[in-house]
Amino acid sequence: MFATDKIFRLACFICASIIGLLMLGFFIQLICSSLIAWEEFGISFLWSSEWDPVDEKFGALPSILGTLITTTIALIIALPLSFVSALYLVDLPAVIGKILSQALDLLAAIPSVIYGMWGLFILVPIMQLHVQPFLVDTLGLAKLPFIGRFIGEYYNGFGFVTAGIILALMILPYICAIMRDIFKMTPPMLRESAFGVGCTRWETAWNIVIRYGIRGLLGGIFIGLGRALGETMAVLFVIGNMTELPLALFDSGTTIAATLANNFAEADGIQRGVLFALGLILLMMSFGIQVFAQWYLHATSANRGEER
Amino acid sequence: MQSLSNIESKRRPLFFRKLVDRCVRIFSIFSITLAIGGMLWILWTVISHGIKVIDWGFLTHPSKPYGIPDAGIANALIGTIFITLGSAIISVPPAIAAGIYLAEFAKHSKTGNFLRFCANVMMGMPSIIVGLFVYIILVVPLGTFSGLAGSIALSIIMFPVVMRTTEDMLGMVSYTLRESALALGMTRARTTLCIVCRSAKNGLITGILLALARVSGETAPLLFTALFSDSWPTGYFSHPTANMPVLITEYSTNSPFESMHAAGWGAALIITALVLIINICTRIIFKEKHGK
Repeated sequence: MFATDKIFRLACFICASIIGLLMLGFFIQLICSSLIAWEEFGISFLWSSEWDPVDEKFGALPSILGTLITTTIALIIALPLSFVSALYLVDLPAVIGKILSQALDLLAAIPSVIYGMWGLFILVPIMQLHVQPFLVDTLGLAKLPFIGRFIGEYYNGFGFVTAGIILALMILPYICAIMRDIFKMTPPMLRESAFGVGCTRWETAWNIVIRYGIRGLLGGIFIGLGRALGETMAVLFVIGNMTELPLALFDSGTTIAATLANNFAEADGIQRGVLFALGLILLMMSFGIQVFAQWYLHATSANRGEER
Repeated sequence: MQSLSNIESKRRPLFFRKLVDRCVRIFSIFSITLAIGGMLWILWTVISHGIKVIDWGFLTHPSKPYGIPDAGIANALIGTIFITLGSAIISVPPAIAAGIYLAEFAKHSKTGNFLRFCANVMMGMPSIIVGLFVYIILVVPLGTFSGLAGSIALSIIMFPVVMRTTEDMLGMVSYTLRESALALGMTRARTTLCIVCRSAKNGLITGILLALARVSGETAPLLFTALFSDSWPTGYFSHPTANMPVLITEYSTNSPFESMHAAGWGAALIITALVLIINICTRIIFKEKHGK
């Protein structure tokens, strides 16, 4: 082996190890910066719901719950849509399928701040003037004995549902692209055999393709979940930014990322430590999800890196 | 016999099965229309609102506080270009080297797998966390927001993307090429740089441009690092630097004035057009040579 080769290899290795160091650095830095908050509030910070900057009392529960609620709404909307879209994309004639796939890729490329702006100026008024009055007043959902409590009587267009819809629109192309790739990897022999014994397209998809690619599908879902969890701008514009315990779906609220973006500029001292602690919680959540996603995707592919 | 009768009882009429199939088909057409329609709706909104404010003055004057005439977005546009190019300069060379390491030296090794895993995880990191991280390591010690900090935040987001793309692209180069080069007596380093990287050039450029397009619209990390200012981006290394995404955020959320919203839409149109044009051109130009 030549000396230049050794140097070259070493240089490449150093560059590659940057990524590992960065990941480690994220955890170390956030833990160090948030120590002040953990010392002050202890572990009960996680389920305390107070948020009072004046009295310097803080709790993470509203933000954590908000994040979970918006993400859940987004997944509930985006999952079935992206699943059937991906099924359809695979079955289409090659030319049209390709064009539609490209369009979906472009959808994924639009900056999130544009989604947020569109949500603020277009979707919020629509929700406020048409959708929410229809659901709450015309259909009277808020009067229903059990469901009504979760929907809420008050609405102003902002809130979890609006944020969830925007998030769904954002993560749809991501999940769809991964699912499409996984459906394509099903051996044609399997599909053809299913058609051969008389399955309809849907039965083939449901009984054969899903079984074959279940790990990949789960991985794709987790990737989408991760994106929805950490998305800041699109949510920040439409969530309403109220640091209170969420009571109903039409309420304004906040998410971890939105709280960070909103309060960071004015925060100092203990509040800054609290925000770093929130950041640490978000980091842990998305790290866990990514680990799951990679675990599931690992089995199905080694070369889908550039899609995400 | 038992099992046969079981199957018999589970049998559903063909009509019903076809109906379900048809329904799913209709639902899938509906959902894909919804996705594409949503995109077209967003684009149409941005274009119809944005086109009204864009003229030569809007593109050549710097942004100004509300009420002062002749405001534009030129400083933010240049600032975004500075920050994005800065992040490319910082992250592309080491990211390509890292990709080379994964593809050429650590294809199946444990270290390689670990680093690959790290890169995948980092690709899914919320961008706002990257902003926090850079804020701690750079903005606090230097005592000031700066365009450079923004560049570094974006470069952290770009790094794993370019790294994994490089690995994928190099992985597609055939082994006969490498073996021929080595047989001619080239060193491993020269083989990689002059033969493998050159034949994967188009793929690499595609990957880098797509990553650039993606980070140029990133907002969250810039809120904590580059911030915003109304001045020209002359203080890239030491002062808050104007940039498009934060300008859009500021104008549309923190301002009650109609004219600021309009300017925000104009900026939104320009950044969207920029991102989409880079995307479409890259895909068209490098499509056939992509070799995928």
